[in-house]
Amino acid sequence: MPEWEPVIGLEIHVQLKTRTKMFCRCEAGFGGEPNARTCPVCLAHPGALPVANEQAIEWTVKLGLALGCAIAPRAVFHRKNYFYPDLPKGYQISQYDEPLCTDGRFVVPGADGDAEVGIVRAHLEEDAAKTIHVGGATGRIVGAAHSNVDFNRGGTPLVEIVTRPDLHTAEDAKRFLQLLRQTIVELGISDAEMEKGTLRADANVSVREVGETAFRTRTELKNMNSFNHIARGIEAEVRRQIELWESGGEVVQQTLDYEVKSDTVTPRRSKEEADDYRYFPEPDLVPLEPASELIDRLRGELPELPGARIRRFEPKLGLASAQVIVSGGLSSAYESLVDAGVPERDASNWLANEFSALGADPGQIAIAEMAKVLLIPGLTRDARREATAASISDGFSAAGFIDRVAVADTSELEPLVERILAESPGQVETYRAGKQGVLGYFVGQVMKETGGQADPKVVNELLLQKLGS
Amino acid sequence: MAISRDDVLHVAGLGRLDLSEDEIGRLEGQLNAILEAVSKVSELDLSDVPPTSHPLAVVNVLAADEPRPSLPLEDVFANAPARDGDHFNVPPSAT
Amino acid sequence: MIDTLRLTAEEAMAMLERGDVSGAELRAAYRAAIEARDPELHCFLTLVDGDACDGVPIALKDVIGTKGVRTTAGSKILDDYVPVYDSTVAERCKAAGLQLLGKTNTDEFAMGSSTENSAYGPTRNPWDLERVPGGSGGGSAAAVSAGLAPWALGSDTGGSIKQPSALCGNVGLRPTYGTVSRYGIVAFASSLDQVGPVARTVRDCARLYGIISGRDECDSTTVEVPPVELPKTVDLEGIRVGVPTELNEAEGIERGVAEAVRQAIDLAAELGADVGECSLPRSVEYGLPCYYLIAPAEASSNLARYDGVRYSPRVDADDYYAMAARTRNEGFGDEPKRRIMLGTYALSAGYYEAYYGQAQKVRTVIGQEFADAFERYDVLVSPTSPTVAFPLGERTADPVAMYLADVLAIPPNMAGLPSMSIPCGLSEGLPVGLQLIGPQFSENRLFAVGHALEQAIDFDTVPERLR
Ligand SMILES: [Mg+2]
Ligand SMILES: [Zn+2]
Repeated sequence: MPEWEPVIGLEIHVQLKTRTKMFCRCEAGFGGEPNARTCPVCLAHPGALPVANEQAIEWTVKLGLALGCAIAPRAVFHRKNYFYPDLPKGYQISQYDEPLCTDGRFVVPGADGDAEVGIVRAHLEEDAAKTIHVGGATGRIVGAAHSNVDFNRGGTPLVEIVTRPDLHTAEDAKRFLQLLRQTIVELGISDAEMEKGTLRADANVSVREVGETAFRTRTELKNMNSFNHIARGIEAEVRRQIELWESGGEVVQQTLDYEVKSDTVTPRRSKEEADDYRYFPEPDLVPLEPASELIDRLRGELPELPGARIRRFEPKLGLASAQVIVSGGLSSAYESLVDAGVPERDASNWLANEFSALGADPGQIAIAEMAKVLLIPGLTRDARREATAASISDGFSAAGFIDRVAVADTSELEPLVERILAESPGQVETYRAGKQGVLGYFVGQVMKETGGQADPKVVNELLLQKLGS
Repeated sequence: MAISRDDVLHVAGLGRLDLSEDEIGRLEGQLNAILEAVSKVSELDLSDVPPTSHPLAVVNVLAADEPRPSLPLEDVFANAPARDGDHFNVPPSAT
Repeated sequence: MIDTLRLTAEEAMAMLERGDVSGAELRAAYRAAIEARDPELHCFLTLVDGDACDGVPIALKDVIGTKGVRTTAGSKILDDYVPVYDSTVAERCKAAGLQLLGKTNTDEFAMGSSTENSAYGPTRNPWDLERVPGGSGGGSAAAVSAGLAPWALGSDTGGSIKQPSALCGNVGLRPTYGTVSRYGIVAFASSLDQVGPVARTVRDCARLYGIISGRDECDSTTVEVPPVELPKTVDLEGIRVGVPTELNEAEGIERGVAEAVRQAIDLAAELGADVGECSLPRSVEYGLPCYYLIAPAEASSNLARYDGVRYSPRVDADDYYAMAARTRNEGFGDEPKRRIMLGTYALSAGYYEAYYGQAQKVRTVIGQEFADAFERYDVLVSPTSPTVAFPLGERTADPVAMYLADVLAIPPNMAGLPSMSIPCGLSEGLPVGLQLIGPQFSENRLFAVGHALEQAIDFDTVPERLR
């Protein structure tokens, strides 16, 4: 059996959170009655003309810089021609052979050094409208009685990012996307939420035998709307391709949808017309020539990038925790807690485990007070749980928790421990017979008697000591 | 480079024209005549000439990201051939 | 009694200012002329009854979007289309107080040179009802020449203002690309389309150009323009007039046309101009083929929006693609279909470089040739059209022959240059147009030269049969 190497490239679409659309001044973003955010331009009425959104262009340049791209001295919008009900002009204004950003590299810190993912290009285009397929026996598109079109989303600025096929595992692809998303969010140019569709990713997947230098036929994988689905989709497709090759079959170039329930990929129903987009320069728009002053200004505005921050946190937290903190959007809460004197590991453990369980916004944490709580030695678990829950409510104060520390004084606990052991000779027997698990039972008993006020660590030590004798 | 009947059908597909039989025949002849005339441009060797996609050398014409009023719904649908509530109604479209 | 056949917009303006006439009286006079002569001419597709404005009346070509007033672009696919917004030029006309008489006939989507491609029937030439008024703006040109409107707006992609003006004996200006907004103009070929005035005098032309021109934030391709100077001078002292050999000796130029143009050039010399020959070898030979690749390519894309989803009458079918294909095939006439097919082919995989790409390079060459000529000359002159108005039906069967009508008007358009046609005499009793071409943004110079020649030529713009 040969060993197979997956070859994965990603194509990501990011909806920018500008106030208005890409080529008209209708409000962009969610909300509004269907078709209430439309005008002659985004409805493609005869004679309407596009005017490019300055903010969208600056943000695309900024993202390009964050991705280590070269910013084109001259970029041009092209028309991509095809018919679809949600494409009112019969063409999408996009970029073709003269995109705004090209040839970048995005670093994903990994256990064995940095994984570098090449960025082929990042260009600006307009989003399509929403087609809702109504009726039909199965409710599936093909059987739909008719389609309803809402043009509110049509014309929203969309950045398309294309990576080189530098990824080799589904996990890497997922981690790349999570870090890319965090970068986009921290640039403040998009909320980049896959559930909302403001971040979408397709994967180009092929496999080859390890050592093979040429690429084999690749397929395009779509319809994955969470990081986990992307990972699972890629795994499923990689499996399918390996089986095909090993059974003497051939992978054919095609577009596939990942079906979550069955965890399988299925080929897309292809348009009856072969794609021939007839790109040509959009004559209604003039070229973009980003001034060097603008580029310098935007470069100056770039924050520390999440990738670098992971490496900065790593020495104290270890790579895994650093990744959780950074990709989880917990960086600034973490740094504030540490500034307030909380030891790095404690801060990161609390954020990554207890706080994250709340699913709350880390921006809401009353840092100073929560830091005090985390610094109380031997605080009881219940108290800690309460404090965590309260940490995001205003007026939260550490005061109420200072005295709720666990009993750690052995002189108080020792008699209790001895009593419990004496009262349950049977369990002691089983323990001595080698059933270490029984220890848990004794700990439980002690905690019960002390109303959870005992310090479990101390209780453990005492029990082991007594049972050992 | 003559246009065949198949070319006519392919191009009509791309341009979404449901041409009738006699239109297909007529267009095949006319397009060939026109193409022969316009193919003249290929006589010139312009390998080192830059293309002009715009008569004026204007760049960076942009608008500030400030919302303007959209159309009232009655205007949005004023010319609509088919409407379903606040949506444009179209025959089913397969992706 | 107002003689709409002779009244200029400038005179009408003065009468209104002096209070000699009211806006309503002016409107009534033109409506009377329309009722009397439009049945035989068919200049108007839609008439407007009453208007908020009460200034000088105007007619607009039906590719110019007018809020609340049906705008068909001469096509069945927009048969019932009523714009919900005003084109920028319509807005500027309103702002200037001009009252709208109606929308004038045009070849479908401005694609044609005779107005015979209108889905609503042809317009006839006021000088000879059996002949075409030229196109695509035949409706506007015929209306002005027959006194149905003092002035009008047209649109010129490949000669659609200049050529009908020449064939109807009017003054028509195709302005520098980018000086007049295209916002709200039903698009034909975006990198060539320009709106411009059609009038009976150069000064009226200049006034109307002053009203509609200038940067528009809704059209990214517009620029600020120098203030318009109304022409006064009657001599051409110090003006260098170039006569491009190829534009003046192209095959197909009728002798009568060449003769009238020759006399106008002699007059220019008498008025003090330094006249000399120059050459545009490739602009004329390759201009037309270049145009017939670029314009259809852009048109094929611009006409994709007519898919029966948001407007236009729909031909139903059980899936979107079939619905769109049927709606388009029924809605478009032969010429738009021809251009969609040609343009789609020219852009399609494998042919882009040979056709559209090559044509864009030819455009660069043409621009360079004109730039060189303008090193030595202030204006270039030639016939606007190789022939006078031709008989209805003569060329409808032969697209290529029809396309040749614009062989002289197209080259400056490819370079985005301003050019103006003024009447310079008669041939076979029909008007001949003189084309004046200047560098980009030289409209004021064209007005000055055109005005001086106009005074010297003293052409009677009223069709003989209507005098
Ligand atoms: Mg895209
Ligand atoms: Zn809009």
